[in-house]
Amino acid sequence: MGSHAQDHHHGPAKGISRWLFTTNHKDIGSMYLIFSFAMFLIGGAMAMVIRAELFQPGLQIVEPNFFNQMTTMHGLIMVFGAVMPAFVGLANWMLPLMVGAPDMALPRMNNWSFWLLPAAFLMLLSTLFMPGGAPNFGWTFYAPLSTTYGPPSTTFFIFAVHIMGVSSIMGAINVIATILNMRAPGMTLMKMPLFVWTWLITAFLLIAVMPVLAGVVTMMLMDIHFGTSFFDAAGGGDPVLFQHIFWFFGHPEVYIMILPAFGVVSQIIPAFARKPLFGYASMVYAVGAIAILSFLVWAHHMFTVGIPLFGQLFFMYATMLIAVPTGVKVFNWVATMFRGSMTFEAPMLFSVAFVILFTIGGFSGLMLAIAPADFQYHDTYFVVAHFHYVLVPGAIFGIYAAVYYWLPKWTGHMYDEVLAKTHFWMSFVGMNLAFFPMHFLGLAGMPRRIPDYALQFSNFNMISSIGAFMFGLTQLLFLFIVVKCALGGPKAPAKPWEGAEGLEWEVDSPAPYHTFSTPPEIK
Amino acid sequence: MANQSYYVPEQSKWPIVATVGMFIMMYGIASLMVNSSAGESTRGAWITFTVGSLIMVYMLFGWFGNVIKESRAGLYSSQMDRSFRWGMGWFIFSEVMFFAAFFGALFYARVFAIPWLGGEGDKGSTNMLWEGFQAAWPLIHTPDPSVYPPPKSLINPWTLPLFNTILLVTSSVTATFAHHALKRNDRDKVKTWLIATIALALVFLCVQGYEYVHAYRDLNLTLQSGIYGSTFFMLTGFHGVHVILGTIILVVITLRIFKGHFSADNHFGFEAACWYWHFVDVVWLGLFIFVYVI
Repeated sequence: MGSHAQDHHHGPAKGISRWLFTTNHKDIGSMYLIFSFAMFLIGGAMAMVIRAELFQPGLQIVEPNFFNQMTTMHGLIMVFGAVMPAFVGLANWMLPLMVGAPDMALPRMNNWSFWLLPAAFLMLLSTLFMPGGAPNFGWTFYAPLSTTYGPPSTTFFIFAVHIMGVSSIMGAINVIATILNMRAPGMTLMKMPLFVWTWLITAFLLIAVMPVLAGVVTMMLMDIHFGTSFFDAAGGGDPVLFQHIFWFFGHPEVYIMILPAFGVVSQIIPAFARKPLFGYASMVYAVGAIAILSFLVWAHHMFTVGIPLFGQLFFMYATMLIAVPTGVKVFNWVATMFRGSMTFEAPMLFSVAFVILFTIGGFSGLMLAIAPADFQYHDTYFVVAHFHYVLVPGAIFGIYAAVYYWLPKWTGHMYDEVLAKTHFWMSFVGMNLAFFPMHFLGLAGMPRRIPDYALQFSNFNMISSIGAFMFGLTQLLFLFIVVKCALGGPKAPAKPWEGAEGLEWEVDSPAPYHTFSTPPEIK
Repeated sequence: MANQSYYVPEQSKWPIVATVGMFIMMYGIASLMVNSSAGESTRGAWITFTVGSLIMVYMLFGWFGNVIKESRAGLYSSQMDRSFRWGMGWFIFSEVMFFAAFFGALFYARVFAIPWLGGEGDKGSTNMLWEGFQAAWPLIHTPDPSVYPPPKSLINPWTLPLFNTILLVTSSVTATFAHHALKRNDRDKVKTWLIATIALALVFLCVQGYEYVHAYRDLNLTLQSGIYGSTFFMLTGFHGVHVILGTIILVVITLRIFKGHFSADNHFGFEAACWYWHFVDVVWLGLFIFVYVI
């Protein structure tokens, strides 16, 4: 007992060994966040290549095959390398602080979960330099594009996905064990902050679907190298089977990328509206309902591939049903702000923008859910506009809101509010310029994943590219703000936000290396 | 039950060793596949794969050894025990979902893809791809036999597979007997029942190996013989890999029992091995019904 008590009072190890061998949730959380931002810049650079090529009609800068590699890698890196690890990083930093635990439940495994990610992305990025180039079949890697017609590097892509999957599953197991087993005495489930709730449900989704992704890439691997016929009708398989299994993973996956953002926004809006969250219990149930429904809607990605009419109807209505719990959430966020004493610091700006712009993305999702209308929209830029509206001002703005909200807790310094607001407004304008015209392009019939287009699409594409460059450059400002804040700035009090609530504000800023070695008592 | 002293381990080198090992191993196995499919030399890939695998083995010994040492030193509280239980339980759930993907492929092929290719149902027009293809399950005639030569016949479920089912179910029972004996602290019985469980597992694996040879040599039932062969070998193959893994776990647990590890009231390592073994057993029952019988 005595020796353990000592363990909790020493600081971090020196040098590189601190990061390689750490078992500290704060170190691991920081590594996740830094890694995800590095991936965000790499994936973003690929987006810049895409938008530069699309700035004008005609083939300007890259070969079509390389363009396809860019769209594929951009999607894979943003989904698996930027958004997911960022939320796992936030979970690592904040969950133990929010439930009053000394660390994550399984700290060594936690470190392994993180370090597998650089390994996986080293493998994935190495495909860019292989003969035949990187995967070029889109981030959804539909068979037979990825099996019969894929480049040789597809095999490395498959193993990279396996490593990411191992990382995600172990991370999710850790989150569940932490939340279910490590809460401070008195913190019942329905007293948990919403960020904790959304992560609990996200972790369940991860454990349920990442193995399915592992299964589908394994089938691809077998089809490519061992002559099986999972996705080849000549042997009784079906390429559509690939899409079913992929989207059984893929649809819960999109909620994995947004539910933690729901949690973040549900923490921040009450803090800056200085009112308790409206309808706490209904928020919890709504997240649960969205999670359950997410398993029943996958084929809405496949309306045009030839599924039976009954399937189209079922998946259309089930998809529309998701609007109900999502509507409950949006209503509750707005009701929380209603008559609140609101101030608009950077976290709140990102959160309010989240509510408005995510809702736009949700509405375009409803349009896409209508099967007969989807025949028109499918594989056009309308779809690109839709999912970028839920991912950029949804997931990414959620992450930015969280970072600004908790940065004082992490660094012990206040960030530069003027620069942060500049970051917000530049991002806000940039992303709307980049993605809003894509709705019009899609409705007018411009297909996605092409390096060249018909002349009538020129103007909107140019606007979109300008917006994308603006958004991309602005993220370097974010890097500057965070580095500046980490190095210095006004000292942050333990609770820098007047209206904030939760255990994380009861420890010093910056949070000591070990917190809650003895659990706090929750009333 | 608050965490008076939840054990937060010191810095550990094992996660980074595991990462390096897994990366090298995966890179090796991917190169192996790519090079052999391209008809190139696989020597370097074999070396990479072997080096990675050896690092992984070293890591497994070291990391588990570390955990066993800490557990024996009494560092783990009952709260830690619960973390391990949640961890193992959800790990098994993730395994269930992995198998679910392959079962899903099997059901989809049987219920949708093959009847459609045979001209029945909503998407029966796909019959135009291979006109005259007759839908049937098991798939004895593939749509394009020149690419996917079909099996001559199939494995009779009521011979060796039934025997294997009995073996595996029995082994689940003997594992439970061992567990009950451990709870009574009757350590001789624990050893007997554990050895019986391992013996049953090994016989199962031998029978399965014989069945594979028989399928490949006599029945022309292979990975290449259409979706029946694909699902048959992937499901039974991944199950077999899990049986091998489970057997290794049981062997380790047995060796630990012989070394005097585990007490009557504190033996989660033992229980986790049993959980895993029951999971492997349940998957087999699903396989026996849906792959062999129906």
